Amino acid sequence: MKNQIDALRLRFADEIGKVSTQDELETLRVAFLGKKGEVTNLLKNLRDVPNEEKKEAGQLINTLKTEVETAIARKTDELREAALNAAIQGAKRYNPTLPAGEEHGSYHPITLVQRDLEEIFASMGFTIEDYAEVVNDYQCFESLNIPPYHPARDMQDTFYLSNGQLLKTQTSAAQNHIMKKYGAPLRAIFPGRCFRNEATDACHENTFFQMEGLMIDRDISISNLIYFMKTMLSEVFGRPVNVRLRPGYFPFTEPGFELDINCEICGGKGCPSCKNSGWLELCPCGMVHPNVLREGGIDPEEYTGFAFGLGLTRLVMMKYGVKDIRDLNSGSLKVLSQFESE
Amino acid sequence: MLISMNWIGDFVDLTGLDLENLIHRFTLSTAEVEDVIHYGRDTHGVIVAEIASIENHPNSKKLHLLKINNGRELVDCVCGAPNVRVGMRVAFATEGGAVCGHPISRATVAGYESCGMCCSEAELGISADNSGLMEITDDIPLGTDIKTVYDIEDTLFEVDNKSLTNRPDLWGHYGIAREIATLCGRELRSVPVHDTAIYANLPEVKIAIDDPERCYRYTGIKVENIQRNQSPVNMRIRLFYCGSRAINLLADLTNYVMLELGQPMHAFDLRRVDAVEVRRFAESFRFTTLDGNEHEIDPETLMICSHGEPVAVAGVMGGLNSEIEDDTTSLLLESANFNAVSVRKSESKLGMRTDASMRYEKFLDPEMTKTASERFLALLLEIEPNARIISALTDVYVHHFDTITLSFDQRYVDRYTGIAITKEEILRTLTALGFACVVEGDTFTVTVPSWRATKDVTIKADLIEEITRIYGYDNFEIKTTRSPLLPVRRTAANENDNRAKDILVSTYALHEVHSYIWNDREKNRALGIEPEENVRILNAGTPEHDTVRTSMVPTLLCFVSENRGYADHYGLFEIGRTVKGLLPDGSCNERKKLGIVLYDKNASEEALYLRMRDIVLRVVRDIKHEAPTFTAGEGVAYPWQHPVNTAAVRLGDTELGFICALHPAVGTKLDKRAACVAAELDMDTLAAIAPAPIRYHEPSRFPGIDIDLTFATDPSTLVFAEVEALLRAAGGEFLTGVTVTDVYEGEGNPSITFRLSFTSREKTLSKAELQGNIDAILAAMKKNGMELKTV
Repeated sequence: MKNQIDALRLRFADEIGKVSTQDELETLRVAFLGKKGEVTNLLKNLRDVPNEEKKEAGQLINTLKTEVETAIARKTDELREAALNAAIQGAKRYNPTLPAGEEHGSYHPITLVQRDLEEIFASMGFTIEDYAEVVNDYQCFESLNIPPYHPARDMQDTFYLSNGQLLKTQTSAAQNHIMKKYGAPLRAIFPGRCFRNEATDACHENTFFQMEGLMIDRDISISNLIYFMKTMLSEVFGRPVNVRLRPGYFPFTEPGFELDINCEICGGKGCPSCKNSGWLELCPCGMVHPNVLREGGIDPEEYTGFAFGLGLTRLVMMKYGVKDIRDLNSGSLKVLSQFESE
Repeated sequence: MLISMNWIGDFVDLTGLDLENLIHRFTLSTAEVEDVIHYGRDTHGVIVAEIASIENHPNSKKLHLLKINNGRELVDCVCGAPNVRVGMRVAFATEGGAVCGHPISRATVAGYESCGMCCSEAELGISADNSGLMEITDDIPLGTDIKTVYDIEDTLFEVDNKSLTNRPDLWGHYGIAREIATLCGRELRSVPVHDTAIYANLPEVKIAIDDPERCYRYTGIKVENIQRNQSPVNMRIRLFYCGSRAINLLADLTNYVMLELGQPMHAFDLRRVDAVEVRRFAESFRFTTLDGNEHEIDPETLMICSHGEPVAVAGVMGGLNSEIEDDTTSLLLESANFNAVSVRKSESKLGMRTDASMRYEKFLDPEMTKTASERFLALLLEIEPNARIISALTDVYVHHFDTITLSFDQRYVDRYTGIAITKEEILRTLTALGFACVVEGDTFTVTVPSWRATKDVTIKADLIEEITRIYGYDNFEIKTTRSPLLPVRRTAANENDNRAKDILVSTYALHEVHSYIWNDREKNRALGIEPEENVRILNAGTPEHDTVRTSMVPTLLCFVSENRGYADHYGLFEIGRTVKGLLPDGSCNERKKLGIVLYDKNASEEALYLRMRDIVLRVVRDIKHEAPTFTAGEGVAYPWQHPVNTAAVRLGDTELGFICALHPAVGTKLDKRAACVAAELDMDTLAAIAPAPIRYHEPSRFPGIDIDLTFATDPSTLVFAEVEALLRAAGGEFLTGVTVTDVYEGEGNPSITFRLSFTSREKTLSKAELQGNIDAILAAMKKNGMELKTV
């Protein structure tokens, strides 16, 4: 019996050495461990073994059985490993470096800059308002302290409509409406499209965007205005900005200012972009004229405020280096598709 | 407007001041300076010399060979000027010198040596006269540097006219001098005038103001025996540097006084005008202004007349019939003040804006008219001492502006500025600018000077500007506000627009564009689109652009057409404004709309149309949490929409817009080989709808059963929502979902397969239990003409 067991062990070792697939391994397992397998047969034959040898023979067979099972389990793992390795080695190589077929859309650059500003203002407690493009003389002029025949009307060539209305020349046209809607105190911005009847060229458009801001409260001062403009513009440009105010005349402000920022292009030394002054004229602003407050239903003795008008179109041109303003209303996808989300 | 620092120097001592720095401060405190120009700095080595002899040039008919006496020796000069004369004194640019930056060196001209250049006024840069050499009077010694004789060297700065719109007092040098005196803390000298009180006994000028609403003041005086015709050189240089053209002495003097004081004046030839009526006419008539142009004068236009005959358009321009001529020796001098609105109306009716009207339209100080007349006389008598004044200075002053007195206290200034400006500083600034101040405790009582009181300074906030601009905004300490913090919510409109844009760009890869609010007729016509009648723009840049758009789609289709070469397929969108006619109150029915167009060379129109449906559905549902419905067959609102494939988009009962294929006539013009579809949503309407709340239903814990039923029905004509309602009504309580899993449009036997999902909240359903429901559904469908398809 012992000889039989040793012979079977040798045979198994020989045969498992030849196995190279899971199927062959399964055949081998059945041949040794199956119901009619060699090891099973040995166990069956145990009853013919004399009683005094039975115990030892039984132990030997069980040892062999364990050895066979372990070897098969190990072989199973080896074969699986080998198969995975073969699959990896033989895998098709995918190439992510090839140009992507994925399509992308684009935002109009005005939208990108407008959103950026809206976020900054929202963070400072400003509400974002919308307003019509077609307005009345009252909204665009009279409520802003610009009576008929006022020379300031010459500063803006207005498109007049056949029904007596007009296309708004400035976002300030919404001031009266917003003051009446919210009363004081008030913090609002109102971006919008404005229209002026002038010849277009690379620097002039008859249709452009502005963003007006209005802040009214008790004791708002010129000092606050400068602080606010400096803080806000530093956020907009993502760098510390120096501002300077010059007197500027707008009938709806008193005093009114032209606000300049230090020229980034030359660092303030003077260059063609800033006409050698080191300063770029950026936005008109001022303390809201008492007549405008009164017309908006706000008592100028109790409240003061400031307003400013940012040229959104101008900011877009500065930010992205757009040289021809007409590109923005051209609908050209060669131009506009470049402005993906930020 | 150009300002000469030499001229300012007449009124403010500028000695020792850095002019460039002063001009910079003017920008920061008064008005924007656009340019600084230096005259004469690049001219040197030009002296007074005399032509000693003249010979004809042998090789040239035009040139002469001159010997020039420079005071020490004779030098050769080849000269082409026509007015050379022996004994004539000229401005001679010597070798090594320079004239307006051109260096003068010894040169050979047509074979002869020339050691300098005799100059014309134009060559010296002091006038446009290049007709011949400038002639210099004999009393000036030979060899004198020309720059010590004439004010060739000057610094000018140009002020942006727009920034002076609100400052009638700054339209002359004297007003600017007052600003500069205030800025540098120096004294402002008074204007030298000729006192006319001594002529009070002479006869008055006949002046009648018929329209005191439009003419506030008119002063006139008569002068005769003016023999001199040309203005002095220095006066002409100032006029030229300031952009005016020297004409003759009297015209130059009126211009000079206007540039100095800002008061327009007019000199009438006394032979033609010896009495004045300021009036309007009942009937229109033709009138020729002194620039030679004929105008229609209507009853609104204020005129100056003499014995009933019109001689000038008040405040705008004189007439050709009374202008000063070469032989004029006597004049009637006008210095008047007109209502600004009246002058503005006249200039806009005549379509002409003159140096005079530009000033009058700002509301000039009427106190200035008499001063200006007396200034004119002072200058005239200095230049032409023989001139004789033959009338009293007649002054008809019918409209005085009210004296404005304003009161404020220190606290008001502190509150408005946010900084502390001392009482002394306030007082110093206001006084220097001509405001009379009385201070009692913390209260200032300020009388506005007449030149600021016509409309410029009317309220105390106006004084804040005066105080702060002179204080200097650069000197402000900057501080944040102390406003309370309040919550801010985005408006629905703003939020909706942003959401829609994000979905269209990120999910559907569309491109956002901006187009104009008007239709481009020419471009529309090329696409077979005739713009509808709508509100028009009265003064459109071109007649092609005179109609406001009613829809976003045509402008977007024009862009599609222009971008055809960009890619095989793309989509555009814009949120913009349209006007759909007028509202009952006559105002424009302005609507904010989202327009979308899709273009594809490879996809079928149907596929593109359904893609548009998906896009619109997604936009509305994402924003409002509720799917819109699409209803076809309701006709079209625009001629470019496809008569069959146009569907209304609704949310509940509210119409939001449409999706459409293009009318074939438009589609083929746009692109025969590509499909294009459009959609439009009214964003104002959308913003007004509150989004549906998000509701939670606990899902059933039991598995459901899906049953597919195929009906022999044409899928292209059924309205899904109606069939769904039918199925749900018949399907019983367990029917929780209806979708379409297959449509078959095969010739002759079209069919549609619905998937019905049944779920119970209490148990697992079996098919057998649902047989009753299925039977009910089949019966209901059959009743509506939809039979189960037999295989």
